[in-house]
Amino acid sequence: MSVDIGGRPSEAKVVFYNDPRIRSLFFQLLLLGLIVALFWFAYDNTVANLRKRNIAQGFAFWDVEAGFDISQTLISYSAASSYGRAFWVGLLNTMLVSLVSIFFATILGVIIGILRLSRNWLVAKLATVYVEIFRNVPLLLILYFWYRGVLGLLPEPRDSIKLPADIFLNTRGLLMPKPVFAEAFVYPLIAFVSTVILGAVLFWWARRVQARTGQRPKAGLFSTSMIIGLPLIVFFLSGSPLSFDVPVQGRFNASGGMTLPPEFVSLVIGLTTYTAAFIAENVRAGIIAISKGQTEAAQALGLSHGQTIRLVIMPQALRVIVPLLNSEYLSLTKNSSLGVSIGYPDLVNVFTGTVLNQTGQAVEMVSVTMLVYLTLSLLTSAFMNWFNRRVALVER
Amino acid sequence: MKKLIAAAVVAAASVGLVTAASAGTLDNVKAKGQVVCGANPGTAGFGVPDQKGNWTGLDVDYCRAIAAAIFNDPTKVKFVPLSSKDRFTALASGEVDVLIRNSTWTMSRETTLGIIWAGVNFYDGQGFMVNKKLNVKSAKELNGASICVQQGTTTELNLADYFRSNKMDYKVVTFGTSEEALKAYDSGRCDSYTTDRSGLAADRLSMAKPDDHIILPEVISKEPLGPVVRQGDDQWLNLVKWVHYALLTTEELGINSKNIDEKVKAEDPEVKRVLGTEGKFGESLGLSNAWVVQIVKGVGNYEELFERNVGPNTPLQLARSSNALWSKGGLQYAPPIR
Repeated sequence: MSVDIGGRPSEAKVVFYNDPRIRSLFFQLLLLGLIVALFWFAYDNTVANLRKRNIAQGFAFWDVEAGFDISQTLISYSAASSYGRAFWVGLLNTMLVSLVSIFFATILGVIIGILRLSRNWLVAKLATVYVEIFRNVPLLLILYFWYRGVLGLLPEPRDSIKLPADIFLNTRGLLMPKPVFAEAFVYPLIAFVSTVILGAVLFWWARRVQARTGQRPKAGLFSTSMIIGLPLIVFFLSGSPLSFDVPVQGRFNASGGMTLPPEFVSLVIGLTTYTAAFIAENVRAGIIAISKGQTEAAQALGLSHGQTIRLVIMPQALRVIVPLLNSEYLSLTKNSSLGVSIGYPDLVNVFTGTVLNQTGQAVEMVSVTMLVYLTLSLLTSAFMNWFNRRVALVER
Repeated sequence: MKKLIAAAVVAAASVGLVTAASAGTLDNVKAKGQVVCGANPGTAGFGVPDQKGNWTGLDVDYCRAIAAAIFNDPTKVKFVPLSSKDRFTALASGEVDVLIRNSTWTMSRETTLGIIWAGVNFYDGQGFMVNKKLNVKSAKELNGASICVQQGTTTELNLADYFRSNKMDYKVVTFGTSEEALKAYDSGRCDSYTTDRSGLAADRLSMAKPDDHIILPEVISKEPLGPVVRQGDDQWLNLVKWVHYALLTTEELGINSKNIDEKVKAEDPEVKRVLGTEGKFGESLGLSNAWVVQIVKGVGNYEELFERNVGPNTPLQLARSSNALWSKGGLQYAPPIR
């Protein structure tokens, strides 16, 4: 190989296998080929081995009658439904418990994170103790604590705690009257939606006026009374189209009404209290990342402590907090699979548990479940990335 | 690149291992020097370890009987506790040589899981346990009850069938393990706990106040429980099957661990065949001809196993009923050793 000393190597004289571009392309193709071959080998080997052992394969089971019951279902389901239906029941239960827990964990986490930075010594220390306890205890123990240690101590159905408005609290959960909507309920609903839209328009108009004149018209009271008042009037005019199915004490437990099962409540409380500790730390990190000069400048402008946090600190801190929140939400969703230990019928409990056992097709079940969690995580990430771009500070 | 090649080699090797675990279970067991049995993590009378780690129970004694037949030493066993959920996967993947763990023999399990039952060592049926203070006398009164159940069992399906066919309403609460389901029942989460009746008798003993609970008279299903092996190894299937039949045959012929030394000298041709002083029945299984003598000396006959682990003089107090020999009105029947 000849190289012009002092000048650029002449491209024409480089042998093709020494060309860095061809080399890198070659090795990338080789790597890709090896990975594809590895996956193909793993797949082929699995199929061959399963066949040799007379273990059933494929997704023929999907439409077969499941034959077992599930305690909590968001869509109609009975033992006569198919395994595929059971999959959707489990998936929806996972999504429900994750979304509800994410909602509460975020609120609790932000509050505790801010409290940790409070100038009140006792409040700050209590928040620290909370974070240290829940962050350092395994989630499974926290779930057992809430399920067996707290909700398990509620009285048995015969000695239910009777709350006002026909609400019962016992070991079987919180039993409440179930609203039954008559067809005419659509009228007050329309009234409500239209007044809310009207209120939003009023709010937008008031802001425009404030921006122009500096004076904000007092539309708040009018909007509120309108949003509450008009639907109520329509409700009574259309003949009160709402009744309640009240739980009635039966032989074993009250029947009728609707029940908030203790498995769901424990899992939500467990995931919320656990994840909130991590979110609190993220929030604290985000706030500390804002230089003290910002606070001092805000105070110099005469903003109150609350206004400083709301208008100056938090908008900047969110830049740090949101990407961290994303990973907490992903962990929470995946952690919800621990619900199987306290009898919550999530995807892992129903599908990777019972369905896997009845059909014995572990490879299919586990692949599908992994794919589901992957999809859920990617969706959460996509949403959080979008949100992150929205809150990102616009650099000028 | 090196890492990738290493990863590929490891992956290939691990897949290769799975292939190697099939056929020739008896040779593998002999090479390892012990029988690896899938056992129940804690069901009194069938398979439960004490504080010192000594396992007792009908199912674990079956495992010892297999070890005695192969090695003339019932202690050459290793017990792997398995949950209902994991047991068949553990067997199919070769983690255990034989699964003896209150496993119900069903058609779908045998046709889709790649496993096969070697016999029935306990005829059982599903029942319900309730607290006495509910004053329930029959399962037919359970309309509207909450019921705790363990996942991955035939129990879950029988429960749904029973309430469907009797047009009754119920609420199921499903747990990953029997301990969790039982604890939830004990804490009042459910009105009733359901599993096989032998399991109920064992679980009742593990509760805080056993006398507060009763087992309802209804038997809602057939639960033939027995040892399970992988398909495709007929030699090993035969061995496990005939160890079971040997335990029954010795009871039928009145041969037990106390009189075995006299019986070896007996002149009766059937006893001679069974005990290997005539014929080569042991060799045809890949064992010594004294295999039955080794089993009986090691663990006893079926009657002794039953009385020792689950019979009337044990805490479980189960009667022989369906598990009596066919000659005494039960279902236990062994084909002849000839």
